[in-house]
Amino acid sequence: MRKTTLRFIVAVAAVLVVLIACAPQETAPIKIGVSGPHSGDLASFGIPTMRAAELVAAQINEAGGLLGRQIELVIEDDQCDPGVAPNAAARLVGEEVVAVVGHICSGATRAALNIYADEDIPAISPSATNPGLTKEGEFPNFFRTIAPDDAQGELQASFAGAELGVQSVAILHDGGDYGRGLADFSRASIEASFPDIEVLLYEGVTVGAVDYSAIINRVADSGADAVIFGGYHPEASRLVGQMRTQGIDTLFISGDGVRDDAFIAVAGDDAEGVYATGPRDTSGNAIANAAVSAHQAAYGEDPGPFFQEGWAAMLALTNAIEAAESTEADAIMNALRSENVETSVGTISFDELGDATGVGFAVYQVQGGAYVQVQ
Amino acid sequence: MNTDFFFRLLFSGLTRGSIYALIALGYTMVYGIIKLINFAHGEIYMIGAFTALITAGALGFAGFPPILILLLAGLVAVIYSAAYGFTIEKIAYRPLRSAPRLSALISAVGMSLFLQEYVRLSQTSNFIAFPRLLPELPIPGGLQGIVTSPQAFILITTAVVMILLTLLIRYTKIGKAMRATSQDRTMAMLVGVRVDRVISFTFIIGSATAALGGLLISSFVGQINFFIGFLAGIKAFVAAVLGGIGSIPGAVLGGLILGMAESLAAGYVSSVYEDVFAFVILVLILIFKPSGILGRPEVQKV
Repeated sequence: MRKTTLRFIVAVAAVLVVLIACAPQETAPIKIGVSGPHSGDLASFGIPTMRAAELVAAQINEAGGLLGRQIELVIEDDQCDPGVAPNAAARLVGEEVVAVVGHICSGATRAALNIYADEDIPAISPSATNPGLTKEGEFPNFFRTIAPDDAQGELQASFAGAELGVQSVAILHDGGDYGRGLADFSRASIEASFPDIEVLLYEGVTVGAVDYSAIINRVADSGADAVIFGGYHPEASRLVGQMRTQGIDTLFISGDGVRDDAFIAVAGDDAEGVYATGPRDTSGNAIANAAVSAHQAAYGEDPGPFFQEGWAAMLALTNAIEAAESTEADAIMNALRSENVETSVGTISFDELGDATGVGFAVYQVQGGAYVQVQ
Repeated sequence: MNTDFFFRLLFSGLTRGSIYALIALGYTMVYGIIKLINFAHGEIYMIGAFTALITAGALGFAGFPPILILLLAGLVAVIYSAAYGFTIEKIAYRPLRSAPRLSALISAVGMSLFLQEYVRLSQTSNFIAFPRLLPELPIPGGLQGIVTSPQAFILITTAVVMILLTLLIRYTKIGKAMRATSQDRTMAMLVGVRVDRVISFTFIIGSATAALGGLLISSFVGQINFFIGFLAGIKAFVAAVLGGIGSIPGAVLGGLILGMAESLAAGYVSSVYEDVFAFVILVLILIFKPSGILGRPEVQKV
């Protein structure tokens, strides 16, 4: 309550300052781009972030706006497709957005970042976990509110080795930036930290293939204790479904691309017992709970994946703009790196590379038709 | 690597190949009769799968026994898809019958995109679960662990369809008319074959087998979305070309070869390369036998 009052006073003060300055372009809305898959197979990953951005923007606008200006969101669908993402990015650039919340999938994000880097526009992704995006140093304008895949790979390796005690694994991936990246990190972590675990198989699967019997036969033939899969839920549900109907009950461990209720909806009973790593549960966080309530009030349902990360990205960005008192890219990026901000995924700031400090992953398991945090 | 592993791969290849063959039949029959590559054919397969899903859902809700659901869903899917095939030919191809072949081809591509988007908008763009309708029956001793009951069911169904189709084309009046039309449409017309009716019939039969393929593979794999027709259609088209487009036994042979090549490549080399192997085989066969394995070289008429 007091915070709102304070924000209101700040906002009114800002409005007054703006009115005194009376420069017409300073009252124009601040445009923030939001991009991700809003249609197609992977829309369930993009829509929650879009909704988070809309809800945060509405709350801020209601409280008087940002630097006394209203926030206007410019939303572009990239369908998670590295071929479509540059077009979406170019349209956002054309709309003169000051920053972008997105994109969602790693491959699409990389494709879009080439454009934002040229135009010097900061981008904060709630979900692009491919480590190279920050660690290669190619995109100094890139930030993310989720931990990168190598953190997920380490967790998968230690969970498989220390908690489940598996002796051998088969590692599968979908060949994409995200899936293969995750599989590589799991493998590297296993080889580094658990040299006793044998990696019996390391294979890509064809996305959208008519059936996966051949690769499943290889997994069964290898005798691996567990499958570690890097990829998204459509392939995972098909792999798990076909494994279970062929009577193969090998453990199945995957990442946040599978920690989605769409996986359970499609795989049904076969999903039971599947492990997936994903962002830590935020149920103890007051901002996160308020965010969920706002979503329920607006849409009458619980939010989907990456909603909290999207909310956090939007809060971090608006906080940085406010702290920098500017919409200049350099000022925003400096503020992102220097300010600590309380968000729905905890108190975060960004390191030199653009990774958030203070966010992490947990292991979930499908139990009784829902994901339950087990570690 | 043991022999059991080899046979498991072989049977999964045959299963996949049977599905390719069921779809390839439609491509090859239509091509044989009107020299058109019907790119919308993959979508008919997808629509067949969706129809089966909706029917199975409704029947399951009404509490029918599984085997009856399978039969009824199959029947509805076949009839519905056949109606689609019939209609598509009427509205998208028949008006272009005397136009250059390229026009009909572009009409086919347009039809394919139209049907895909139509299903995406009217149904859903998400993957949805497909009930596992194929019966779990005991497998005789020697084959246990090598072939699963749904796989066996797919193989047997395909074989039965192939036999029925061969009988139809070889021994019935309409079959004879189909052969005549494919050999020389003008001549067939002159001797009193109702060519338009024969062409419609060909589309109906081709769409029906594609719908059957859609139902079988979807209940084997357990999920569908609006895009499944694209890849399956491409693969079946490759199978048809491989076997010799226009030849019915060729389509079956092409489908089975393609399925087995993919399965064995995925099993013994790497599943990343399964598509590569499929297309390497296609290229090799076309280099040495441009008309496909069982295709007859096209005679240039003067």
